Amino acid sequence: MFDERSPIYVQIAEQIKNDIVNGILLEDEQVMSTNQYAAFYRINPATAAKAFQQLVDDGVLYKRRGIGMFVSRTAREELRSARRDRFFADVVDPMIAAAQAIGVPLDEVVRRVESSRRHPAVPAAGAALTPTSGTHATAEKASR
Amino acid sequence: MSLGVEMRERDDVRVGLSVETRNLTVRFGATAAINDLTISLEPGKIHGLLGRNGSGKSTLAATFAAFRAPTSGSVRVGGHDPYEHARTASQICLIREGGDIYDQQSVTCALALSRSMRPYWDEKYAKYLIRRFQLPLGKKAQRLSRGQRSALGVTLGLASRAPLTIFDESYLGMDAPSREIFYEELLPDYVAHPRTIIVSTHLIGEVASLFEEVLVIDRGRLVVQGDADDLRTRGVEVVGPAATVDRFVSGLTVLAERRLGATTSATVYGRLNRERERDAAAAGLSLGPVGLQDLFIHLTSPDDPAIGDPAAALPPDGASR
Repeated sequence: MFDERSPIYVQIAEQIKNDIVNGILLEDEQVMSTNQYAAFYRINPATAAKAFQQLVDDGVLYKRRGIGMFVSRTAREELRSARRDRFFADVVDPMIAAAQAIGVPLDEVVRRVESSRRHPAVPAAGAALTPTSGTHATAEKASR
Repeated sequence: MSLGVEMRERDDVRVGLSVETRNLTVRFGATAAINDLTISLEPGKIHGLLGRNGSGKSTLAATFAAFRAPTSGSVRVGGHDPYEHARTASQICLIREGGDIYDQQSVTCALALSRSMRPYWDEKYAKYLIRRFQLPLGKKAQRLSRGQRSALGVTLGLASRAPLTIFDESYLGMDAPSREIFYEELLPDYVAHPRTIIVSTHLIGEVASLFEEVLVIDRGRLVVQGDADDLRTRGVEVVGPAATVDRFVSGLTVLAERRLGATTSATVYGRLNRERERDAAAAGLSLGPVGLQDLFIHLTSPDDPAIGDPAAALPPDGASR
């Protein structure tokens, strides 16, 4: 579930952001409580609380006292915009480097990109980029 | 998935007993099992007490629980010496591997004994756990399997709801499904009944995510203590051409080094800042994470001269720039 590459709280926050970007968590939808999250994923509640607090601080989630935490109205668009800013550095540049390393001509890459305009890639780009998406939503629904 | 209990949001009030030692030494003849140890465990958290076999974990746990007196130095649990303060002692529950159950005692008897001794005992919860672990009530302890004895120990530990509960390798004898039950029960019960919990183990992978704080001891001394999630990012593996790696890691705390032909892999303790990360990339070095289990192995490696004196070897905050 979680890897050793970064603190667990960062991974939890990232996972929830993915679910928002991919439209699995909708605006004003309630997310799991930290305690539900902690019990479900078997992590210390303080670790989960840290992730949710960061999301609240970043404006991705908002709190309603005594009720829980919800997805902010602006969260999806802001996350998408932030990811668009990083898209070329995070996705395209490494792809070009990988192509060059194994000798795939860039013309061929360009042709592939052009052709996807006519035949949209399958599966949806969002799902392909975030392999963990869906887990959170499944858990969310199951916990209701 | 059902979470068993309807859990309320955690408030800021931490419940449970704190634990403090000052210059604690516990000797067995000439050997110091605990050597001049000064530590502080905050109340209301789940602490992981990590150490190899023979590192002093069990002696330390036994000293917290007043099963053993210090040779010198002091232990305070909730501000009191547990050895001298009966009320404190009754609030500490130490579960060792095997459960500390008399051979001739039946499961029912063991439950009755805990019920009479433990002020916060929850009989209903104990019965529920007995059913979950499928423990035979009438059987004598000597007829239980190792796993069943451990499960009984864990049951007594959880249902005691003691303000300081210590599981000292208690679940090692349990099979994977039973350990899973233990982890599944521990978190919701801790959330519903906050208290100080110490889990000592040398098998970190399975339990690492349960801990809020981690404490690593080696040869009776403190190696490192800190936020578990934070420690997860304190190790970096640097891989690349030997000379380049050597230059890059000079001045950093190197825990281990491996060479394969012209390539060197160095495990470094401490986080690298952005600038150092860029330097590494520019020099053609690759950086990778070191998991808690690996970090633990390197921090307590007996044949590593760099940590001959583990307590002195590491910068206190792990920061190397």
